[in-house]
This record gives sequence, structure tokens and C-alpha cells, in this order.
Amino acid sequence: MSILINEKTRIIVQGFTGKIGTFHAEDMIKYGSNVVGGVTPGKGGQKHLDLPVFNTVKEAVNKAGAEASIIFVPPAFAADSIMEAADAGIKYCVAITDGIPTQDMMTVKSYLRRFPIDKRMLLTGPNCAGTISPGRSMLGIMPGHIYIQGNVGIIGRSGTLGYEAADQLRMLGIGISTSVGIGGDPITGSSHRDILEKFESDPETKVVLMIGEIGGPQEVEAGVFSKNYLSKPLIAYIAGLTAPEGKRMGHAGAIISSAGESAAEKVALLKDLGVTISATPSDMGKTVSEVLAKLK
Amino acid sequence: MDIHEYQAKEILAEYGVKISDGGLAYSPVEAVQRAREINSNNWVVKAQIHSGARGKAGGIKICKTHDEVERAAEELLGKKLVTHQSGPEGKICSRVYIEAGTNINKELYLCFLIDRSSERIVMVGSTQGGMEIEKLAKTNPELIFKVYIEPAVGLQDFQARTMAFALGLKDAKLLQHSVKTIKGCYRSLRDLDANMLEINPLVVTNNNELVALDAKMSFDENALFRRHKIAELRDKTQSDHREVAAAEHGLSYVGLNGDIGCMINGAGLAMATMDMIKLVGGEPANFLDVGGGASAERTEKAFRLVLADKNVKAFLVNIFAGINRCDWIAEGVVQAIKNIDMKIPLVVRLSGTNVAQGRKIIAESKLPIIIAETLAEAAEKVVQARNEKVAKGS
Repeated sequence: MSILINEKTRIIVQGFTGKIGTFHAEDMIKYGSNVVGGVTPGKGGQKHLDLPVFNTVKEAVNKAGAEASIIFVPPAFAADSIMEAADAGIKYCVAITDGIPTQDMMTVKSYLRRFPIDKRMLLTGPNCAGTISPGRSMLGIMPGHIYIQGNVGIIGRSGTLGYEAADQLRMLGIGISTSVGIGGDPITGSSHRDILEKFESDPETKVVLMIGEIGGPQEVEAGVFSKNYLSKPLIAYIAGLTAPEGKRMGHAGAIISSAGESAAEKVALLKDLGVTISATPSDMGKTVSEVLAKLK
Repeated sequence: MDIHEYQAKEILAEYGVKISDGGLAYSPVEAVQRAREINSNNWVVKAQIHSGARGKAGGIKICKTHDEVERAAEELLGKKLVTHQSGPEGKICSRVYIEAGTNINKELYLCFLIDRSSERIVMVGSTQGGMEIEKLAKTNPELIFKVYIEPAVGLQDFQARTMAFALGLKDAKLLQHSVKTIKGCYRSLRDLDANMLEINPLVVTNNNELVALDAKMSFDENALFRRHKIAELRDKTQSDHREVAAAEHGLSYVGLNGDIGCMINGAGLAMATMDMIKLVGGEPANFLDVGGGASAERTEKAFRLVLADKNVKAFLVNIFAGINRCDWIAEGVVQAIKNIDMKIPLVVRLSGTNVAQGRKIIAESKLPIIIAETLAEAAEKVVQARNEKVAKGS
């Protein structure tokens, strides 16, 4: 098992025929992901990469049985595409797009909350590298070959730092059940905590590595969840020890603007909550391996 | 993106928020002219810089005569003001705002911002205006009042009244004015994609009017593509010139005080690399995310940007190629060094797609590049190279 996606998951690409959409759709197909088509309004009926193009997500759901979607639509139109996917009955959506206005994301989240929980689309991102269940399916833009299949769940706000972690694990021969990028924006579809809940109910996942950073409350919220409800060990690394207050560090959401948002404060709070901390970014793999060894 | 007080006040006035009579001046002569135009017997000359706590830093001067206005403007214009929010390098004051003096009866605090936890706009108010809200939150959290606004519905009148009552604005005329003011603030935030609007203080005057005495607004950079008028309000003199130059090349850069320059792809990996430098005893000179498509041209621009900081004594490049390929990056780095006369040691760590080919290109270039395989090794080698460089006294 894995969470969110597996080899059967029927995937569509929103922004399919664009340059970026095409590049990554090809990569996902090569990886073995079950891509069943794509959506580009106005190009419905055409074929692209030997797959059908639809005008609307609804059509893709009805005709191709789409269950999951990945969004490569430019920032100005991305929120609209996410809401279209939710309305069409897509179960899981990954938004790759970087640069979506925060108030658009506020609207998206408010729109998603109107669906009853059992009918509500799960969204990860925006501004993320996507999700991969190694050996099964890749719904993202990551280099698939650095992920090997196994029992570690990964949740991260950053793309390349997530690759770094996967690579460290691979060097140690440790595999991953699913790696989920939740994105670097101030308002994201899912939080660390939301994904932790998914990993809790996945029998294949034995431990979870959370890769956080400065800004916002969500790492500590995940720590509180782990203390109260998580039966599996949680390991965390928080990036941004050297980040000055009030400066945006690349990600729109990586800014220390109030108490409790610095890396040092987050690490202290997480330690108190019983989370195992990887003290340096180069020890993420080693720390996970030590925790795994204790389980045996 | 931050804007100046006078710009925020112009916006708020359009949304029905009352502000004092005022005008902008770039010179002492203009300042006196503005004071003459304002019907008042006292004036406040306010330095326009992107920082709070201007009062304590001497950036706000109360004047009783036109001569005093001239002298105040002379003192402020062209000066760097260091407030406890501006950082030690301070902010240059190149314009002053002249405002009619206000008779203050009561000082209040009002702020709107996007709350990341609830994913809603939250309105924050306090009867303790003029204070710093972060300090107040620590000492007297019970004096801070919050109202959360549902995005699909927007701010309702009852919520505005709830805030007004919490601020002690109870009499009929003032209540009506408060609702108008609060709703105007909210609309400006929503209409213009602001992240934050702070009025501190919002004052009740002796004539029982509600006036925004100061105003601070900050806008979502990601939304500027649809807010052209707001984008024009950017004052580049208020940002670090290196950050401005980087932004013009589409690079994300933050200058720091250390001496190890770095160039990394991805914000998270960049922060982690800086942490690693610090953990092995070095101090990073900057944050620099070159992004996903690090072409040779982009790489060279990034190199030049980092090397423009004369404090930099060693340079670390850490790239994890996902969409990219290490051989492309290696070629970019080799080309950049050939074009730039680089006098400091360079450590390069490549991983991900085509890593072997990338390392081979660097080795075959015969350039004095130190290669590292892991993140920890990269940090250790760059700190060591920096220490050797310093020990040589160059």
C-alpha cells in the first residue's frame, strides 16, 4: 500500500498541451504513472502524447474515469482549475504552479470546505514538487529514480530538500512508501498534519519524516497531532536556522513574522512534543535509519 | 511588497477612511509649501520609510511654525533612519509627509491580515493604540480582540460593530463611522490583494471623529500581475539594492552578514545548506535560489550577484538536479568562471540526474574547483577553504 496514489490511479494533466505540462506528462508516463489524458479548454477532441484531450475536467472524469489531477496552469488561472477539478469529482489534486495569489488560495480553501468531507477533493500544493509512491506512480515533477520503494513516509514543504532526503535514504538502502510535497506557499491545500493522518492509516508506512521550514504554525500543529494520535515515530528537520526575521526566504510562506515561527522555536516545541529531530539537513537519512533500527 | 504611509493613506481615503490633511514633499521648500496649503496651526513632519517605530528613531517631528517645518524636513531628508525594525543598516528617507496636527482623545489599534492557521482574514483590534502589538500580545493578550472573516461571505456589519464595541466606540455617531471605517479597510485589503493593513494608532479626536493617524500596507507579490497601480508604488530605495538587482533577473536573494557566498536551487535546500554552513562553523553571506531552470546565463548572473558582495571569501554551489541535469549545470558553472575573474575558492556539490557526467565536466575543466559529494562535505570544505583564505590574509 501507499497513500494518495498507486499504479491504478487514473491521472489527468490540467494544462496538458502546454510546454511544461507536456514535458512532465511524458516523464510521468515514462515512470509508469497511469496517465489517461489531459484538459486544455478549447482543444477538446484532439490527441496529445497519444492520449485524449478534454475541454473540461468533468468530461475527463466521465469519459476517461479520471480520479487524480496534476495542475500546470499559470498562476493567474490556477485557482480556477483547482476548483474545476473539485467540482468535477476529482478525488486528489496536485497543484505544481508557483505564484498563485494568497487570496485566490483562500477562496479555493473556502470552496473546498463546502463539500461534505467524503466528497471533498484532497489538494496538495500549490508550489510543490508533487507526490510519488515509488515503483507505483508519480504525480509530480521529481526525479523518480532517486526514490526507492519502502516503508518511510515523507512530507515536505520544499522540492529539492525533499530530493535531498530521498537521496540520503537511497544511499542507506532505505525506501519510501509515499513522498508528499505540500508546497511552500502561506496557504496550501493540505498541511503536514493532514498528510500525517493519511500515513497513520497506511500499514506500509512505519515511520514518517517531516521536512519543515520557517514560517507559519503547521509543523507544530503536526507535532501536537503526533503526540496525541500518531502510533508511528515522527522525525523532523526544520530548515532556516540562519534565516533573519521578516525576510522572505524564496518560498512565499517561508517568513518569520510572529512568535513561534523561527526554526529554533519550532525545533524546541517539537522536541517537547516527543518528535525526533534531525539536527542537521545531512542527518535526515541517518536519523530515519536509527529510528527504524529501534523498531526492529 | 511594502508601501509608504502616505500611499497607504491615499488608498484608505478612497475607501472612506478619514485621514488628516496632508501632502508629500521631496525638499524642505516643498515641505513649507505643503504646510502653507494645510489649514492648521501645527504640523507633523513624518519621514517616509518602510519601517515602523519611526517615532522613537526621531523620524516624526511636531512643528509649530513654518520655520520648524523647514528645519524638520532638512534634518530628515537624505538621512538614514535606524529604527528597531529597520535593521542596523537603516532606511534612507527621501520624502517626507506633512500632516495637520491632530487633537487626540484616544489611541486605538486596528489591523487586518491573512491568518495562515485559519486561512481567513483576521481583524485584530485593541484599545491600546500606539503600542507594539507583538509586545502587547506577550504582556496583555486579553487586551487583543480578534474577529475572523469568512472569505465566501465577507465582512458583515455585525462583525464591524463587534470590533467597534470592543474598541469602546459606543456612541451612535462614532459607531456608524467605525463601521464605515472598518468595512472600508477590509474592502481595500480584498480589492487590492493586500496581505496586511495596520492602523496604529487609529485615533478618536477631540471632535469625536475616527482618524487613521498612521497606516501600513503590504501587498502579495504573487498578485501584482493584476494590480498594476499597486505595483507602481514600489520604492526600490527601501530595499537592499542586491535584492532589487536579483529580483530583476528573476532570482531570489537575501543578503546576510556572513562571508560564505552560496548559490542553490530550491528555497528549502538553500535554507538547509545555509544551516549546514553555520553548523560547521561558517556564516552564510546570502540566500540565493536560482530556481529550476538554472541555465548558463542565469548561473553567471547569480555568480556576479554573489561576488558583488565584497565580504564573500568563499563560494558554495549546491544543486540537486531534478528537472535540470547536472551536466548542464556543470557546463554553466565552468562557463561562468571562465567569464568572471574569480579570486576566491569555489566548492561545487552536484547531485541528482546525470551526476557522474556533471562531475566529469568539472574535473576536465582543470579549473580550481573543489568537488564535494554530500551536503555535509560541501559545507565542511567551503568553511575550510574560507578559513585558509582568511589565514593567508587576503
